Amino acid sequence: MPSQLLFTAFWTIVVKEVRRFTRIWPQTLLPPAITMTLYFIIFGNLIGSRIGEMGGFDYMEYIVPGLIMMSVITNSYGNVVSSFFGTKFQHNIEELLVAPVPNWIILSGYVIGGMARGLAVGLIVTVLSMFFTDLQIHHLGVTVGIVLLTSIVFALGGFINAVFATTFDDISIIPTFVLTPLTYLGGVFYSIELLPEFWQGVSQLNPILYMVNTFRYGILGVSDINVGFAFTMIFVFIVALAGFSLHLLNIGKGIRN
Amino acid sequence: MTSALKIENLRKTYGNGFEALKGISLEVKEGDFFALLGPNGAGKSTTLGIVSSLVNKSDGTVSVFGHSIDKDLAKAKLSLGVVPQEFNFNPFEKVVDIVITQAGYYGIPAARARERAEFYLKKLGLWDKRNERARMLSGGMKRRLMIARALVHDPKVLILDEPTAGVDIELRRSMWEFLREINAAGTTIILTTHYLEEAESLCRNIAIIDHGQIIQNSSMKALLAKLNMETFILDLDGDLESVPQIEGYRVSLTDSHTLEVEVQKSQGLNAVFSQLSEQGVAVASMRNKANRLEELFVSLVDKNL
Repeated sequence: MPSQLLFTAFWTIVVKEVRRFTRIWPQTLLPPAITMTLYFIIFGNLIGSRIGEMGGFDYMEYIVPGLIMMSVITNSYGNVVSSFFGTKFQHNIEELLVAPVPNWIILSGYVIGGMARGLAVGLIVTVLSMFFTDLQIHHLGVTVGIVLLTSIVFALGGFINAVFATTFDDISIIPTFVLTPLTYLGGVFYSIELLPEFWQGVSQLNPILYMVNTFRYGILGVSDINVGFAFTMIFVFIVALAGFSLHLLNIGKGIRN
Repeated sequence: MTSALKIENLRKTYGNGFEALKGISLEVKEGDFFALLGPNGAGKSTTLGIVSSLVNKSDGTVSVFGHSIDKDLAKAKLSLGVVPQEFNFNPFEKVVDIVITQAGYYGIPAARARERAEFYLKKLGLWDKRNERARMLSGGMKRRLMIARALVHDPKVLILDEPTAGVDIELRRSMWEFLREINAAGTTIILTTHYLEEAESLCRNIAIIDHGQIIQNSSMKALLAKLNMETFILDLDGDLESVPQIEGYRVSLTDSHTLEVEVQKSQGLNAVFSQLSEQGVAVASMRNKANRLEELFVSLVDKNL
């Protein structure tokens, strides 16, 4: 297909994805806004005032980048896993399969759709956080770069989960039993310097720690990890996950008999 | 004449070992109205699934207007429009959005996609419902929505997998008219159906598939010419107590005012009427016991058991 036609097909998928999550905004945009506001009030204001400083910042200032990143991660993942599984479940994936849309365009469309929701929720949480603290950005490039790359990683993760899922239970298992624990233990609420040496080492095996801390570095200028290493690791994740996702699409895993 | 669809030695074995297609070959010419018939589980939907890229084949070749699905899949897909057996649109989307989105997948820009969606939704009587969620449509409307969606990119071949299943007679006939109209305008149509009078009425060529093999592939006319015997039901004007004798014909009385007469291809009906008339039996009306194609279909499939 000529590039103009490919772009139209790609844009059609993106528009469809954005229309989906904006149409059901009470299920997609409102809940994270309420949840994060509660985090800001309870952990930031009520408990945070007794905790004092962390990493040289007020506790509220310290957790805001982590909570924004947590929103981006869960929503990028959640959008793609629920949308792609939904299209499989209702068989309307066939609309795409009969059309001359290359698999890399299908994957790109869904990933950008997931990023759109992740970033929209991230923006909503950022705006809400401004009611509780002054947000200064230490390094704009790092902040924007890490949030974009992280949303790509988790949109790809959601896609792979959706490809393998055969029931609605399958699309909640990874977010509940893998993603949520890794996010909570990924330095959203604390610096790993507070942990005993052994658990610091264990924490460094958690990729989300690198994403949260790099984002925190972009905003506050402090980090528990090496930012350059974090970007390299995320880039490797993206290449590996995108390659695997394309392989799954090419063999028709879960979508073709 | 160009081949709209050419299938050679197509095989499909599913993961559980079930051999759905055992090396079928088939050719549909450009502009044809073609019926692919067969009992449930014969391999019709698997064949059409492979042609439309919804099912991976195990072996064989498929080409659409000369474009191989192995080497030139995008061009093959551009030539095809598919109306599946099951509803496969997002029921929460608006009717018009479903059609416009499908056009977008074929690279049709938004403004042109809207024009085409309007054209086909009007043509299929769905324009008034364009802003309804698809789940709110009746069964017949949903079928028509899938036809509009399949046509939005103006395909050269339209595949319809049981398009009139569950559709009332009036709507079915209006869909037949529409299909005849687009076929006359040049679209090649490949149809599967369980309504054999539909195939007989619409299609010029036919293939019958059973147990994953093509057991008949000819023109409809040639196939119907093979029919050696037809059974006619005569509604009598008055009651009879015993079966009247009609020389050369097998006759049975199903009730006191209904006769069944078996007529060989070489025989005519004149002798039936004259002999009945001689015996003072008046016939009020007459009809075929079964659709002609149905009789052939059943005999061919029975032979293949």
